[in-house]
Formats: sequence, C-alpha cells, structure tokens
Amino acid sequence: MPPAPQARAEPAPPGLPARLLELAEELRAEGVAVGTSELLDAFSALGEVSWAQRPEVKEALAATLAKSSEDRRIFDLVFERFFFRAPEAEALEHDISEQDAELDAGGAQIDLAQLRERIAQAIREGDDAALRDLARLAIAAFGRQGEGSGVIGVDVQRIRRALELRSGDARTREPQAVARGEALELPREALRRFEAHLRRELERDAIERAKRLPPSRPLNELDRALPSGPLQDLAAVHRVVAQLKRRLATQGHSARGRRKHQTVDVRRTMRASLQTGGVPVVLKWRPRRPRRPEIYVLCDVSTSVTSASVFFLSVLHALHDNFRKMRSFVFIERISEVTEIFERERSFKAVSEAIGRDAGVADVSGYTDYGRVWTEFIASVEDDLHPRATVIVLGDARTNGRDPRADVFAQVAEKAGRTFWLNPEPRLYWNYGDSVIAAYERHCRAFECWTTGQLEEFVKALTRTSPGD
Amino acid sequence: MSAQPESVAEISEGLRAVGYLPGQSTALVSYLATRLGKPVLVEGPAGVGKTELAKSLSRYLDRRLVRLQCYEGLDEAKALYEWNYRKQLLRIQSESEEAGWSEVQDDIFSDEFLLPRPLMTAIATEDPVVLLIDEIDKTDQEFEAMLLELLSDFQISIPELGVIEARTQPVVLLTSNNTRELTEALKRRCLYLWLDYPSLEHELQIVKLHTPELSDTVARKLVEIVQMVRDLDLKKPPSIAESIDWARALLLLGADDIDSDLFLETMSIIVKHRTDLDTVAERVGVQLGGLAGATRSASTG
Repeated sequence: MPPAPQARAEPAPPGLPARLLELAEELRAEGVAVGTSELLDAFSALGEVSWAQRPEVKEALAATLAKSSEDRRIFDLVFERFFFRAPEAEALEHDISEQDAELDAGGAQIDLAQLRERIAQAIREGDDAALRDLARLAIAAFGRQGEGSGVIGVDVQRIRRALELRSGDARTREPQAVARGEALELPREALRRFEAHLRRELERDAIERAKRLPPSRPLNELDRALPSGPLQDLAAVHRVVAQLKRRLATQGHSARGRRKHQTVDVRRTMRASLQTGGVPVVLKWRPRRPRRPEIYVLCDVSTSVTSASVFFLSVLHALHDNFRKMRSFVFIERISEVTEIFERERSFKAVSEAIGRDAGVADVSGYTDYGRVWTEFIASVEDDLHPRATVIVLGDARTNGRDPRADVFAQVAEKAGRTFWLNPEPRLYWNYGDSVIAAYERHCRAFECWTTGQLEEFVKALTRTSPGD
Repeated sequence: MSAQPESVAEISEGLRAVGYLPGQSTALVSYLATRLGKPVLVEGPAGVGKTELAKSLSRYLDRRLVRLQCYEGLDEAKALYEWNYRKQLLRIQSESEEAGWSEVQDDIFSDEFLLPRPLMTAIATEDPVVLLIDEIDKTDQEFEAMLLELLSDFQISIPELGVIEARTQPVVLLTSNNTRELTEALKRRCLYLWLDYPSLEHELQIVKLHTPELSDTVARKLVEIVQMVRDLDLKKPPSIAESIDWARALLLLGADDIDSDLFLETMSIIVKHRTDLDTVAERVGVQLGGLAGATRSASTG
C-alpha cells in the first residue's frame, strides 16, 4: 500500500478543485488526454508538495497530467496562460490594479546603469521574484520616455535594447563588463527569462488599461505541422524522419506477432517437442511476412508544396526496405523520375538540392499542369502498372485553371491496385479556388496530410498487412 | 531499513550524495514516486541518465535494484514467472506409484516449482526494492498490457496458483526512448518525467561532481563544446556519460586546455559515428582552431 498521505499542512484553499478542473478542461481543449484518474493523481500529488512553491506545484501537476513530451510542452504553455489569466480575471473583478504600487513610482527616479546592475545581480542569483519586479521597473522607466508601440513583442525588444542587454557569446561571457559601462552580456537563457517577465508584465498592463482579458488563443497545431516553407529547420525534419522510421519498424513486427491465419512451422514444432518427450505440446508458428507493396509516388514540387513533398519522399525512401519496388517521380509541368537521387543521396538537404537542380520539371510558367502530368506518367509506366501496384500522389490539386484531365487519372487508377491522394492542405480549403480535388477523389482515396501525425497514420496504413494479400 | 524521504529537498540532497545531480522536476517526481507509490515513466533521448536515475535511487533508498531489460519478443516466461517443468517431471516420475493424480497435480503447481523472474522477484521479496523496467518501448503492446496489473495493483495472477500480492511496495521506474507511442493505459498508471539534455550550468555541475580534480576552465570549455556538438545534426548526440568519460580522459592526459589538436585526438570519446566524426571535426574543430589562433594573436599583440 502506498503510504497514506499525511494530514495536509494546510486545508486546500476553497475553490482549488474547481480551478484544477478548469485547467484540465483547457488542457483537453488543446488535445491533451486528461482522464479522471489523472486528475485524482494530480490531487494526491498536490497533497505531497508545498503550496507556496510555484515550480513544485507545476511539476507535480505536469508529472500527473501530461504524459508525453508533446503534452508536456502544451502543458507548460497552458499552465502559464491559465495561472496568469486566473489572477488577472480575479483582479479585474475586484478592480484591483498595480498601477499605484510604489514600484512604478520608483521607476521615475531610477537610472539605467543602476537598473542594469540590479538585473545582472538578480540573474546571477537566480532570483525570479526580483527579476519580475525589475521588469516592472524597466517598463515604468521606459513608459515615460514615450508611448509603447502597442505590440508587445516590439516593446519587449525595444526595452531590451534600451537597457543594452545582449545575449552573451558562450565563450566570452564576462559579467564584470557592466562595471566598465559596456553593454551587458547575459547568458542566453537568463535573457530569455527576463524577456518572458517583460512580456507578461506588459500583457498585464494592457489588460489593466483595457479592463478586459484578451481572448485566449488556442495553441494551434501549426508548429506540429509538416514543413511548408523551404527554409525550415532541416535538422528537425531529419529527426522526425528517424523517429518515423523506428516507429514504423516496430509496427511491422507487432503485425507479424499476431496469431490469426497462421500456419504451423512443423520443423520448429518438432524441435520444441523434444523438451516434452516428443509430444508436440507447444506449437511453433511460421512468421508472417509483411505486405511489401510496389509503390509509385508522384509528388508535386511546385513552390507551394515542395517541402511537404520532399519530406514525404524522404520518409518513403527511408522505408524502402518495406516495399518490393519503389519509383518516385516529381512534377510541376512535366514529370521526372528521381528514384536514383534518393538512392544516391542520404541527407534530406542534399536531396532537396538535387531535386531543385537536376529534375528540370518546370517548363515555361512554373505552374502545375496536372493534365500533362497524367499523360506523361501513364506513357512512361503504363506497362509496369498492375493490380498489385500502389500509386500515391502528393499535391494540392490546384490546376491553375488548366484542364484537370480526370479521365487520364482514372485510367491510372484503374490499372493500379490502390491509388491514394495526399493533400498537404487542410480539408477546409479543398475545392476552393482552383483546387479540383473532388474530380480526382472519385477515382482514389484522398487523405489530408499536413501534420507529421497524419503522415505517420498514412504510412502505417500503407505498410499494414492486409488479409488476402 | 530503507530511507523514506520527507521532502523534495531531502531527496535532491540524497541523490546528490550518491553521485546523481537531479534537476528540479527529477527530484520532485522521484519524491512523488516514493510518497504515492506510483510507477514513473521516464522518457527522453538516449544518454540523459534515465537508467542512472534508477540506479541512484536504489543506492539512495538503500534498496536492491531489480532490473528488467526489455527487448523485442520478451514474454511473460522471461519477465514474470515460469514453471520449472524439469523439476515437475522429476516430481511426477518419482512419486507416480503411490500418490494419486490429484495430489501430484496440486503439488507440482506450487511455489516450489515456480521460477520467479524479475517482475515477480520485485514484488515477492521481503525487503522493498527499486524495479527498473528498461526500454519498455522495445517490447510489443501485448507485453505492456501484461504489465498493467502489476503496475496498478502490484499483484500477479498465476492461473494455476492464484493471485500473488506484493509483500512490499517497490519503487518502479520505466524508461523509454520514445521510439514508439506507449499505450494510454500504461501512461495513465504512471507519473511522467521527461528528461532532456541538461542546461550548460547543470551539466557543468555534473561533470565537476564526477571529476572534481579537473580545472574549472577545462571543465567549462568541455561542457560548452559538448553542448555545441549536441546542436549539430548528428546520428548520435553525445550523452552525459560520455562527457564525463571525456572529462576523465582529459584528466588522465593532464590537459590544461582544449585546443583543436587535442579535440581531434580525443573526440572519438563523445562522437561514435564515422559520418558524425567528419561533421564534428569540420564544424567544431575549425571553430576551436580559429579561437586558438585568435587568442594567440591577442596574446602576442
């Protein structure tokens, strides 16, 4: 039995369970699965930590409510937002403001050098409360120099620059530089912390001025989305590919472990039976071979969807062991086969560059021409397509007003066993403007595919062993 | 008797005393684990000290560490218990004359013929233990499902024998490299701890804790380089254990500064992939070389 929680040092403040439920509601709204058992755990965990320590309360809640690194990140954001907004709403209700606090009065007299010195000291001592006060002072000190821009991000940077705070280079950190009147160089982390304080205090000011809370923004899914711009962090993309590959590898094995429709491996059963005196007590099964489809991938590489395409291709090529045969094509106005590029190049970056350089798919205008693409595709692979082949198209189905030639696409779909369409746009935008996905959707299964999660689901479905294959 | 921590500060202090420098969340979650008796799921990249945490906890709590290393195809016969069928056969043969079938049957399915495996050992011992289920993500989902009974109720049901309940409550740690999504059911029963690479200052403290003889300047430079290397896109970023190894190696070599030559000679301690070696030599080596040149010209100028 777990040790019974001791009598709590303090009775729970009234309304705390309600607060916690509200927090859980917000977490659920952001897609974190918080169940009743998690909440019960959170309550019992709160009984073990001291109330006065904000970080302890936060960690205790995180340990019980957020159960993956992604959830943890969301939790951090929601926690800050929630416990920042909760007291603010309360303060508004009771019409309390901090404007007349002596801190702000002090801001009028304090001079910059002194302020800088004190910030440096607070950072060195790791004193968060003092930092918060100093952030208020800094805001007050700059408030009288003129109006803020009204955009919090801009104001934060303006104040930071005026204070001459700089993120120090790791090798040349030298806190004594302040004494010599030079710009103050701080460890990057400390500076970020100070900026966070500035931001929060500015937000608080804004709320006090406007007498109402800004609408809470849902943390959108965008930062978990597939890369959409060409300049996104390639290392991060790389990590996602590596992760996907490992996950899919284990997924294949678990499919093999299932014992339905399996045949007995006679030889191994006989060997095992020696342990039981020749009686085959334990049956040994033949391992199941996973489905290894033949795959033809067609990827749009016009600027709007390049990154998603190349990313998708890298994932598939990272998994080429799972397929019997795989050929990749990229297209804009015409198509070009890029299978060898992926065989030759290992790194995502090199592949992107090689495709940009060698493929030569843009002819005149640089706009996608689906009709021509289908015609060229069917001409080049017509003889190879057969019912065991899978065709995957990745594109936004925006024809730029040209003829979609869905009839040619239908021919392709008819010859191939399965045809999938991955659309890197959210379903909301489908069939708006020049998107003609509906014309193609009749002949294939269309998926939306703009987050790594959706991509993973699709690749799983693709490699899953299906009965009757 | 095993120690029972009274506060977060105490467990933090205790772990420090056995050579593990916990971050704030690590100390807090360990504390909650000992107080609430819930298993802890520790996730994070390879080499941030997940396994080490379990070892240190066992040292600090003065409990035996029972370790179950997971791998693909691990089944209950290797994790929970197995019937010692050889002994059962012998038993049947030796007494088949006089004893009736029912007696023998009762007899051969008793404690005596049970081979306890790590999970069973962990709950059946007299003294409480620390149970480490390492790399749970390597097993398949069926195995996870099997763990659920153990993790929530600390009991194991054996069809022939009945339910074996825990005599003592183990502290359970599960580690995962996040190679696959664990099931919701498992996560629900655990506290969650995400361990990431430590911040520069934190890692510096860790390195100093393990190699107190190393001079401050070398230690700081070492940690800065390691952090720089981790920022590169490598196949296998250096772990904390490797930075400690490197610190020890530098100590043995009697280095009083890390210049580019020394770095190139010893970097195989922290970088273990051929392609990674090239990348690191190119990026960090050049930077160090440039730095050394700069300081040299500064000192002459």
